[in-house]
Amino acid sequence: MIPTNYYVMLSAILFGLGVLAFIFKRNVISIFMSIELMLNAVNLAFVAFSQAMHKLDGQVFVLFVIVVAAAEAAVGLAIIIVTSRNRQSLNVERVDLLKL
Amino acid sequence: MTPQLIIFFALAALAVGGAISLILQKHPIHSALSLIVVMVSLAGLYLLMGAEFVAAVQIIVYGGAIMVLFVFVIMLLNAGIEEHTSLSKLAGVPGLLLALALTGFIAATIARSTDTVQAAAQPGNMASTRDLSAMIFKDFVYPFELTSFLILVAILGAIVLAQREKARA
Amino acid sequence: MDFLTAHGWLIVTVVKVALLLFIVLTVNAYLTWFERKVVAHIQSRWGPHRVGPHGLLQPLADGVKFLFKEDPTPAGVDRGVYFMAPLLALALALTSIAIIPFGPDPLPWKILGQEVYLGILPPNVNIGILALFAITALGVYGVALAGWSSNSKYPLLGGLRSSAQMISYELALTLSVVGVLLISGSFNLTQIINDQSSRYGILGWNIFPQFLGFVCFFIAAIAETNRVPFDLPEAESELVAGFHTEYASFKFAMFFIAEYTSMITVSCLCSILFFGGWLSPFPATWTWTWYLPTVLLLPLGLWVIWDGIHYETIFGKLILPGIGAVMCLIAVALVAFPAVNNFVQAPFWLLSKILVFLFVYVWMRGTLPRLRYDQLMAFGWKMLLPVSIANVIFTSFAILKWGAIR
Repeated sequence: MIPTNYYVMLSAILFGLGVLAFIFKRNVISIFMSIELMLNAVNLAFVAFSQAMHKLDGQVFVLFVIVVAAAEAAVGLAIIIVTSRNRQSLNVERVDLLKL
Repeated sequence: MTPQLIIFFALAALAVGGAISLILQKHPIHSALSLIVVMVSLAGLYLLMGAEFVAAVQIIVYGGAIMVLFVFVIMLLNAGIEEHTSLSKLAGVPGLLLALALTGFIAATIARSTDTVQAAAQPGNMASTRDLSAMIFKDFVYPFELTSFLILVAILGAIVLAQREKARA
Repeated sequence: MDFLTAHGWLIVTVVKVALLLFIVLTVNAYLTWFERKVVAHIQSRWGPHRVGPHGLLQPLADGVKFLFKEDPTPAGVDRGVYFMAPLLALALALTSIAIIPFGPDPLPWKILGQEVYLGILPPNVNIGILALFAITALGVYGVALAGWSSNSKYPLLGGLRSSAQMISYELALTLSVVGVLLISGSFNLTQIINDQSSRYGILGWNIFPQFLGFVCFFIAAIAETNRVPFDLPEAESELVAGFHTEYASFKFAMFFIAEYTSMITVSCLCSILFFGGWLSPFPATWTWTWYLPTVLLLPLGLWVIWDGIHYETIFGKLILPGIGAVMCLIAVALVAFPAVNNFVQAPFWLLSKILVFLFVYVWMRGTLPRLRYDQLMAFGWKMLLPVSIANVIFTSFAILKWGAIR
């Protein structure tokens, strides 16, 4: 069988890649997708621990995370649509009205 | 090298490859497709662990609804190839170092842990949907109702936000 | 030999997959023939009847045409996505056939030490129908990406409309099945069929408690597969050809096969979930009904022989009596070997029900006009979804009040 360590390590790697994508991408939709990647990495860790401890709490929590991610995606994408309409661009650096 | 280990490494490589492709692709639609690959490979990993209901929900909700929403928005907003401004290159190097440091820190903590849970081998039991639903509707019924309310609020919020400005009559 | 037995499961599965793929693709080809013939007869004309006897070689001619036609790639398309979209649609449609069980019992003899079940997935998979919904959910991508990657106005609009239609009706599709799941208490397709068996044959089927659920499921499934009357996004006179305008010979054939395969999957699901799957409509005590396959095949074979003898072309005079003779031989073999007859009962009933549903699909294509897009979306959201939810509520109330229905 596969040790739980392997799954949690994979989850850490995916989380790190999500953080990298968040830093490097300029398109606001790509940044939002990197947030979804980080949420997925965390879900993997939850399920791995849930199966290792023979408890189902982890999987119930994963279901809640998925639902909340869906709600967040809906509202976040609506905000992105409005912002891109206002600033005429999907580049996150153009949203700079509060800068000095 | 048991078959499970081979399948695990194949799915893990697919997931990591999809995540790296998400970073490296220039067009957001290709990043979205890479993210779908990551999600499907994660669903495969959940199946490997025996969490079959979560795997199915991951594909149906994440892969079939949330990512469809992303793909629609990318198509409708006509997102093109992203531009790289000078500021992004400047923030790149410290950002890369910090992200690698974060990942390294987490990975080192995991690798060095001797906790019995961390090193335990995955048992082969399947999580039954019946027990999962019993737990949701008995122990977690309050968060369940709250999330249904949250979805309702999110639907209304998305509709109100994305409307065009109505001309004041 | 040891190596074969040690990996027997893998080898048997691979052979079953190859066999099922071949069978599904052939059934697809002859489904196109069936559709053209039936729609033609509804419209008082003949349909294909020149290529081979009764037009039976028409699918072969179409296949050869698709292979040899020029395959242009429009300028400015996103190459990776353009080539991947039809592959994705086809792969998902063909994968969904793997989940369907075609019979309850394994073959009477073990191959390479393995029990060979009729169907690719073993019968103890606990999330049968949920996996099918997962595959249907991913099917939206084939359409949306095909429309977008074609770099042209009409495919983009057609693709967006079609995918919006698919995700709207997907909700009603999954909710209308929840009634059946509540009655059976399991996602397992074999379990759902076994829960529909009763002493009275047809009266135990899920269609009687769940008639509303069946109606919702069937309508939603037709909208999911983009068939008439819900095929505005791909109608020829409306949006040129919708999302597959810019796709030429072989890639268009892939979309075509994907659509017909999803038709077959939906027919399988309808018969499994609501019409008892492989259960006979007659009670089990009426053993004389076990000769029904023979009673149906023998006159059919004799009629094909008679028709072949009086056919116009020489080719027809040779082939048709041959086909008829094979049918008569099978009918006689079923009577001669009762063990084979027992085994054939379950797949026979399932296949006949699937055929009936395919006929209803084609019948609707020949008869009904298509819905306009706003009418279609209004129907899906304002009528079908509330009715599906009401079905779930009524079913749960009924189970609570009168105990489990089984």
